[in-house]
Amino acid sequence: MRKSAALLGLVCALSAAPSARADSATSAGAATGALATLRDGGQIYAHVCQGCHMRDGRGGLGAGAAIPALAGNGKLEDASYPAYIVLHGEGGMPDLDTMLTDKQVAAVVNYVRTHFGNHAPDQIDAATVHDIR
Amino acid sequence: MTDRTGTRRGFLRRLGAAAGASAVYDAMRTLGHAAESDFTRVPPLAKPDGRTSVAVLGAGLAGLVASYELSRAGYDVTVLEYQARIGGRNITLRGGDRLVEMGSPAQDVHFAPGNYFNPGPWRIPYHHAGLLHYCATLGVALEPFVETNYNSLLHSAAHFGGRPQRYRDVAVDYAGYTAELLTKAINTQALETGLSRDERRDVLQALRLTGALDPSGQYHASDAMALTRGYAKEPGAGENGAPVPSRPLPRGELMASGLWQAIAFHQTYEMQTTMFQPAGGMDMISRAFIPHVGHLVRLKSQVAAIRQDEHGVSVDYTRLEDGTRATLHADFCICALPLPILDQLSCQVSSELKAAIGGIAYHSSVKIGLEFRRRFWEQDDAIYGGISFTDQTISQISYPSHGYLSRGPGVLLGGYMFGESAMYLAGMTPAERIALARKEGAAIHPQYDKEFSNGVSIAWSRVPWTLGCCSNWSDQARQTHYRNLVRMDRRVVLAGEHASYVGCWQEGAVLSALNAVTQVNARAHGGQHA
Repeated sequence: MRKSAALLGLVCALSAAPSARADSATSAGAATGALATLRDGGQIYAHVCQGCHMRDGRGGLGAGAAIPALAGNGKLEDASYPAYIVLHGEGGMPDLDTMLTDKQVAAVVNYVRTHFGNHAPDQIDAATVHDIR
Repeated sequence: MTDRTGTRRGFLRRLGAAAGASAVYDAMRTLGHAAESDFTRVPPLAKPDGRTSVAVLGAGLAGLVASYELSRAGYDVTVLEYQARIGGRNITLRGGDRLVEMGSPAQDVHFAPGNYFNPGPWRIPYHHAGLLHYCATLGVALEPFVETNYNSLLHSAAHFGGRPQRYRDVAVDYAGYTAELLTKAINTQALETGLSRDERRDVLQALRLTGALDPSGQYHASDAMALTRGYAKEPGAGENGAPVPSRPLPRGELMASGLWQAIAFHQTYEMQTTMFQPAGGMDMISRAFIPHVGHLVRLKSQVAAIRQDEHGVSVDYTRLEDGTRATLHADFCICALPLPILDQLSCQVSSELKAAIGGIAYHSSVKIGLEFRRRFWEQDDAIYGGISFTDQTISQISYPSHGYLSRGPGVLLGGYMFGESAMYLAGMTPAERIALARKEGAAIHPQYDKEFSNGVSIAWSRVPWTLGCCSNWSDQARQTHYRNLVRMDRRVVLAGEHASYVGCWQEGAVLSALNAVTQVNARAHGGQHA
C-alpha cells in the first residue's frame, strides 16, 4: 500500500513531462480532454477505471497478484476510502488527483458504490472529496 | 564545405575535432551532462569462494542480465519465471502467437510470415550503451529505427480542415516564420537584445539560413525556401522539367494547430538519432540470452513469498504445470519482478523497502498492431519508417523501419498511447480497440478501409505478469523511495527498469541488473550490508 508517497501526492501519468514518460513516444499533441467533459459516474468509470477493474467491476487475477474487485468489496463501505484511493492511488494504481475534478471523483465513487452488486445507502459529494484531496 | 579557400583544410580540422569528440563526450558523461545512461563497462565480478547461490526472480531483461553476469562469474543461479516464455516485456508478436490479457478474450495473431509487432519496447537510442553492449556481446543484429521522417504526417482534426500535413512543411514553416519574426524584431530594434554589432550580424545570418529566409529576411515561397521545404512541382527533365517551389502554410493556423509539438518531441535527447531496432523483432535480445542462461530458468513458476534470515533466502513458489508448491533456497536473491506484482507478494524486507515497492505508480499504456494487405504508406505516400502524430485518441501511427518497398502485407503501429487515452482504450475489448484504431487511422490514411487485414492490441494494465506498463516516478517518490528501492536489503536486492533513473526503457533494466549483481558480489565477498 502506498503510504507516504500518497500523502506527498504523486503526479498522475498525464501531467508527467515527456522525459519522465521515456518510451511513451506520445507527442504533447496526444488526445486528452475527452474526459474533462464527462460528468456521469458510469461514463467516467468506463473511461478511466474499467481498463483495470473491468467492465463488470470484478478486477483480475495476475501472477500471484490481483487487480482488486470492486464488486462486493467491503472496503467501499465508507465512501472516503475509495475517494482517497482514486485521488492518491495504491501500489501500481496511478494517482488520479490531477486527472479528475472533485465532482468527477464523487460521481465515480457514487457509481461504483451503487453498481456491481453494491448498494451503498449514502453518497459522497464534491466538497467532501475536496477535503480528502 | 562552401569555404573555397580552405575546403580540404577545413575538413581536416573538423576531422581532428571529431577525433577528440569521444573524449569530450566521456568528460560530459562524467559530469552528468549527458547522463541518460551511465554505462561504461560491465562491473568486474570476482569468483565466489565456494558455492554461492543466487535466486533470480523474473526472466525479463533485468533477470537475464543478472543471471548472465552471475553465472559467468561462477555463481550458482536459478531463475523463476511465471510465464511459459523468457523475456518479460522484451516481447514480439508474430503470426501464430496468442496474447492473453486479464478479462479480455484471448487474441490470436494472424500476421503473414515474416511480419511482427513489438507490443513493448520497440526502439533503442544510440546512447543506451548498456543494452547495446549486450546486443554486441550476444550477436543481436541491429538495424536503424527511423525515428524522425520529414515525409511523415502531422494531423489535427480541428485544423487545416482535418487534412494531415507533412512533418517537413510544419518543421520548415515553423522555423521560417519564427526566424522571420525575430529578424523583423531585431531589425526594427523592437527587442532589447543587448546584441553587439557583430553578434547581431551573426544572429541575422543564422536566422536567414536556418529559417530559409530570402536576403531581405522574408519567409515566402522562393528558391531558398524550396531547398528545405521542397516543391509543389518536383524538378524533372525535359521541356517541363522546371520545378515550382512549394508554398508555406498560413502562419496563424500553423501556430494555432499545435502540430509543432512533434518537432520538440523528436528533438528530445532520448529521441535523437541514431535509433536502433533488432532485426526481426525486439525479442531477438531476450532470445540471444537463452543459449547462455536458458537452462537456469524454471518457467511457469509463480512466486508467492520471499523470506530471508541470516543464513539465506527462501522463495516459495507454485509450479503452474501441476499446482504443486516448492521452495527455492539461495544465499542471495535478485528480485526483478514488476512492482505492482511484488507489492502483493509476501515479502520479508524492511518497512522502508516495502513502502518503496508500494509507492510507485505504473503507467497505463496501449499499443495496437495493424496488418494491411499492402504497404500503401510507401507505395502511395512515400513514407518509409518514422511516425505520424495525431491529436486523436490513437496518438500516433508508426511505419515499419524494415522491409522497404517489399510487396505483400505490412504491419503498422496503429496506435500507441499513455495516460488518459490508454486508460480509455484499456477499458475496451480488443475488437473495439481495433475498430477505433481503424476509424481514426482512416482520417490520416484513407487506404485503411480497403487494405486492412487483421490486428492485435495490448493494454499493459491488463497484462497478468506486470499489471501495468512501467514505473511512473514522481520527483517526490524519487526523494522518498529511490535509495531504499535500489539498496540491498540484507540478502535481497531489486532490479528492473523501475530500479533506475532510466525508467520505462530497457536500458534501465540493464543498469539496474548491473547494480544488483555488484551489490550481491560485494556481499558474497564479505562486504557489509547496508
